[in-house]
Amino acid sequence: MDVLNVMLEIGGMSQGITAGLGAGMAAVGAGIGIGKVGGSAVEAMARQPEMANDIRTNMILIAALVEGAALFAIIVCLLAVLG
Amino acid sequence: MTSKINTLKSFSSKFGLLTIAATFAFSFAGICSAQDHHEKINEHVDDAADHENIHSEEGEGAPAGWKSWKSDGPGGFIMHHVADGHQMEWAGFQIPLPVMLWTDEGFQCFSSSNFYQEENEAHVHGMEGHAFSMGDEYIMINEVIYYLKENGGIHGIEEKVMKAEEADLLLAEIAILEKEKEKANTNDEKTSLNNEIAALSTEEKQLRKSAIITAPFDISITKNVLGLFLVMFIMVFIFLRVAKRYKKREGQAPKGIQNLFEPLILFVRDDIAVPSIGKQKADKFTPFLLSVFFFIWFANLLGLIPFLVGFNIAGTMSITLVLAVVVFVITTINGNKTYWGHMLAVPGVPKWVLILLTPIEILQMFIKPTVLMIRLTANITAGHIIILAFVSLIFLFGAGSEGAYWGVGAGSAIFMIFMYLIEFLVAFLQAYVFTLLAAIYFGSAVEEAHH
Repeated sequence: MDVLNVMLEIGGMSQGITAGLGAGMAAVGAGIGIGKVGGSAVEAMARQPEMANDIRTNMILIAALVEGAALFAIIVCLLAVLG
Repeated sequence: MTSKINTLKSFSSKFGLLTIAATFAFSFAGICSAQDHHEKINEHVDDAADHENIHSEEGEGAPAGWKSWKSDGPGGFIMHHVADGHQMEWAGFQIPLPVMLWTDEGFQCFSSSNFYQEENEAHVHGMEGHAFSMGDEYIMINEVIYYLKENGGIHGIEEKVMKAEEADLLLAEIAILEKEKEKANTNDEKTSLNNEIAALSTEEKQLRKSAIITAPFDISITKNVLGLFLVMFIMVFIFLRVAKRYKKREGQAPKGIQNLFEPLILFVRDDIAVPSIGKQKADKFTPFLLSVFFFIWFANLLGLIPFLVGFNIAGTMSITLVLAVVVFVITTINGNKTYWGHMLAVPGVPKWVLILLTPIEILQMFIKPTVLMIRLTANITAGHIIILAFVSLIFLFGAGSEGAYWGVGAGSAIFMIFMYLIEFLVAFLQAYVFTLLAAIYFGSAVEEAHH
């Protein structure tokens, strides 16, 4: 009960902390996603070196899309801090 | 001899374009300086002398970026550079841009230097951010211009803000009364409480209506508009020359600027448009895709040139919103039967799932351009913010000691160069991703049924 009160009070008075937490988690999500794509791409390039160029193009494309999702969360956190 | 005439023609066409550009630019300056309002401060404006942060030691010539650091800290510094503004800042000098307003008295145009003067700084009670007033007519709060006249001076805005606060207090009273109503037992108490609540809520609505701050229609040349004009002129200039070269050298090997742009144009057509849309129909959409690709790329590159003003063109929500809306309009107009069929009744799916699936598909139709918009805006703005944050880091640590400036400066500079190279990649990549996704949406709109 006390812990809940303390947490509610923290959440109520500092939108900065929650925004920072959200942004950090977005960064973790982006890291995991792009890491997975990169890992699979490198593995595929090791298996079939002659397809390396195609694989590299697709890897960069998918990384940009995943990063778009993470930046979604960053924008929301920015709005939470400024609005 | 003909080659000399041809070079003369091409030179005069390039010169012609330059004259158009110059006429454009100077006409704006000419119109607006002719109507320069020389009104200085009057008694209504609060003096900003009690804000010791705003006056910098270097005096009037201090760059606005440094001033925004002094008054708002690193957060304000970053926001000032990323947001739009009514003045240009070139390597320390501030160039005021024309402000064009459509007011009740018609079209007004003046230089924004009327706003950006130390004596015009004002502090509006209740509103966050910087305010600059101009005589008795307009006030600019956080780069948005509002009317001052009909409110009667800057206290008019305070009054409107206080009315909004009163309305909030009334809301709180209404909430308390509602709670009492729940606890009330007899009907008489309930009706009397109801009457009180009704009276308070009408009063609150009236207060809110009179508390709206009006603004004139602002079509001024801000930093972003200037950047748009620049990108437009660069693109028109380059591509007219490339087209002219192609016409002149039909059947010959490409030369000069053609060499630079031919692989890029073929890349957009053969690797983005044709695989997504199909060979027959790609020609209808390729001009738009080319324009969007080069616009976003040049706009991003323009924002990366050091010391040049700090353009943040593609990182502004309004500009990317327009691009996304155009993509949406083109997709919807060109949708054929298969497209709408796939959206409203996905084939090969049992009926009870369709009830769930169709609203989601219709929402997808709107969400896809929205995601395009946010992806582009967020990527570009985030890149600028990261570089600015590294710069801020130097000055934050350097406030401690002299050695910290050099130490943090060295490390930060290396990171900054690294992030800068990544920003070059991102500039091209975001243009590529936007164009590719737009092409995929167009392709799905004109796709033939292929079962």
